[in-house]
Amino acid sequence: MSRDAANKKLPTLSAGSIVKMAGDLSGKLIQRNWKRFVIAVPLVWLLIFFIVPFVIVLKISLAEGMIARPPFTPLFEWAEDLSFTISVTFENFRFLVTDDLYYSSYLNSLFLAGKSTIICLLIGYPMAYGIARSRSDIRGILLLMVVLPFWTSFLLRIYAWMGLLNKNGIINGALLSMGIIDEPLNMMFTEGAIYVGIVYSYLPFMILPLYATMEKLDESLNEAAADLGGKPFTVFYTVTLPLTLPGIVAGSLLVFIPATGEYVIPALLGNYDTLMIGRVLFDEFFSNRDWPVASAVAVALLAFLVVPIMMYQHFQAKDGERS
Amino acid sequence: MSTRKKITGVLGNVATMALIAGTAVSLSIALSSAKADELHVYNWVDYIGESTIADFEAETGIKVIYDTYDSSETVDAKLITGSSGYDVVLHAGSFMPRLIEAGVFEVLDKSKLDNYANLDVDILKVVESWDQGNKYGVPYMWGTVGITYNVDMIKERMPDAPIGSFSMILDPSIISKFADCGISLLDSPVDVIPMTLSYLGLDPMSTNPEDYDKVVEAVSAIRGSVTTFDSSNYLNALPSKERCIAMTWSGDYAVAASRAEEAGVDINLNYFVPKEGAGAWFDMWAIPSDAPNKEAAYKWLNYMMRPEVIAAATNYTWYANANKAATPLVDEEIRTNPAVYPDSKAMERMYLAKTLPPKVERVRTRSWSRIKTGS
Repeated sequence: MSRDAANKKLPTLSAGSIVKMAGDLSGKLIQRNWKRFVIAVPLVWLLIFFIVPFVIVLKISLAEGMIARPPFTPLFEWAEDLSFTISVTFENFRFLVTDDLYYSSYLNSLFLAGKSTIICLLIGYPMAYGIARSRSDIRGILLLMVVLPFWTSFLLRIYAWMGLLNKNGIINGALLSMGIIDEPLNMMFTEGAIYVGIVYSYLPFMILPLYATMEKLDESLNEAAADLGGKPFTVFYTVTLPLTLPGIVAGSLLVFIPATGEYVIPALLGNYDTLMIGRVLFDEFFSNRDWPVASAVAVALLAFLVVPIMMYQHFQAKDGERS
Repeated sequence: MSTRKKITGVLGNVATMALIAGTAVSLSIALSSAKADELHVYNWVDYIGESTIADFEAETGIKVIYDTYDSSETVDAKLITGSSGYDVVLHAGSFMPRLIEAGVFEVLDKSKLDNYANLDVDILKVVESWDQGNKYGVPYMWGTVGITYNVDMIKERMPDAPIGSFSMILDPSIISKFADCGISLLDSPVDVIPMTLSYLGLDPMSTNPEDYDKVVEAVSAIRGSVTTFDSSNYLNALPSKERCIAMTWSGDYAVAASRAEEAGVDINLNYFVPKEGAGAWFDMWAIPSDAPNKEAAYKWLNYMMRPEVIAAATNYTWYANANKAATPLVDEEIRTNPAVYPDSKAMERMYLAKTLPPKVERVRTRSWSRIKTGS
């Protein structure tokens, strides 16, 4: 960021500097092309795997359902006389407002994702801090242990939780045999099981960005604060916490956003009292076979999620200005 | 026959969603790369003879790529998306009319199916309600929707339980007695809701939204006693005694029992079709109109209509088949089991699913989420 600022400074013209400027310019051109190339890779990726699918979903959300393959009306139509018609309907979005099912599922999902994010933060923050402050020779192993679960399929890990939480599962079996409980605990198909699944699955996404910011923390800042009479809590609150804020924001978004649209975990571990937008979307698509309304739900969900993403951008931009 | 198959089912579910997302971007998935000696088959999980696929491969030299699913909605969405890459697909008859109208299936060339005469003409007549003139589908197996229960666990809790009546589930004072031993309803509005309508003395295929409110009321009253809504996990939960009452498809109680036997669990399962009315269903093989290898698909259809092949499948899955010539080859134990081959008296209580107008279907799905989530 600071280099960009320096580049913006206008070079003052003097006789000898013109040759130097020309050299600088060609260097800058190469640099700029290289930059463009580097940025182009993620841009193309975004374009193909995010923008294009989103435009298709948006397009379907503006169509009407019909019995055909694919099961919705086309948006553009070329008639034989080459006349061109565009048919757009906002009925699907209007429909989302008519039934409180969608509204309450959105809220429920946001609430559930928010709660999971906070739990992840509360567990992940001390863990990340511990890893960042650990001896450098075991730090690699600790980090590896955070990433290790990704080596097994996500779905299999959720199935493993089913085996643990079942009425006749491993946890109940162990507690029963130790005589701690007399009757098996009811853990499967509860809201608690959803939280266990989500927190377990997304915790690494919280720990890793937190670790990345904590690793860069300068220990001497804490010492200085302590030397100036700051109690441990004050030091944490005024020094460590603000410095790790970018990590907290990044980690929270990485947990919050996928958790909001989560389908698999509530479907496998959860009870059915928990309304979640992922399941509502599934029902629209698979049970009602109403692709346009399903797409409208997805577009609305994205709109809900764009707000936190923009907040994140805002934070990052601010952070950039500061440094 | 283990949890592996079930996992494949759910994996398939997730894969479907990914696939649909994929095809929507019109990225052609590798599936569609057809080879002359390959046949892509899509079937229900646990729904074929033990050695059927291997035998077919050995005889024809065609390599079978066999995928399974565990909900009709999954296969339905895949087919309506198009370019599924499958050559032959098994689908519930009641889902066929809409797909036929959308042009998903190929009109069958019966001259390539010389075993067609083995099929039961009565069943062909029944499935005509979905497939006029039997042009698109070959009926495979059929059955009923009913209740599988653990005889001992029920007796222990209520010696005079009204076995044979859907009040086992819909009467709050009865079902609450079994709430502690695990109860599941099929996670399938198209099965549970018509059955409840029928129990309430209403038309199972009602188009009146108010009737669906009555269903919500009736099922919500017993919702607290229901452990879960489930269409495949009961195959493990029944043998492991985590469930004593499960609404299931007819053959599944036998599958659950055989799994218990494999695991060395002593268990006494039984099945009944509610006397207040129950759904009969018929599954059909069909060829998608964009199938890459139709020749092999016809060979598969013809092979599946051989009496000894389909009889072996029934002997393994405990589902009745639509092949009259095969009946004498079916194990007597199965052939005479009223849960698998219902008697004519039971058949009178059966109704068939119909395609509802989209608005009514939405009401039905909405009622279902109201039942499940209580809102």
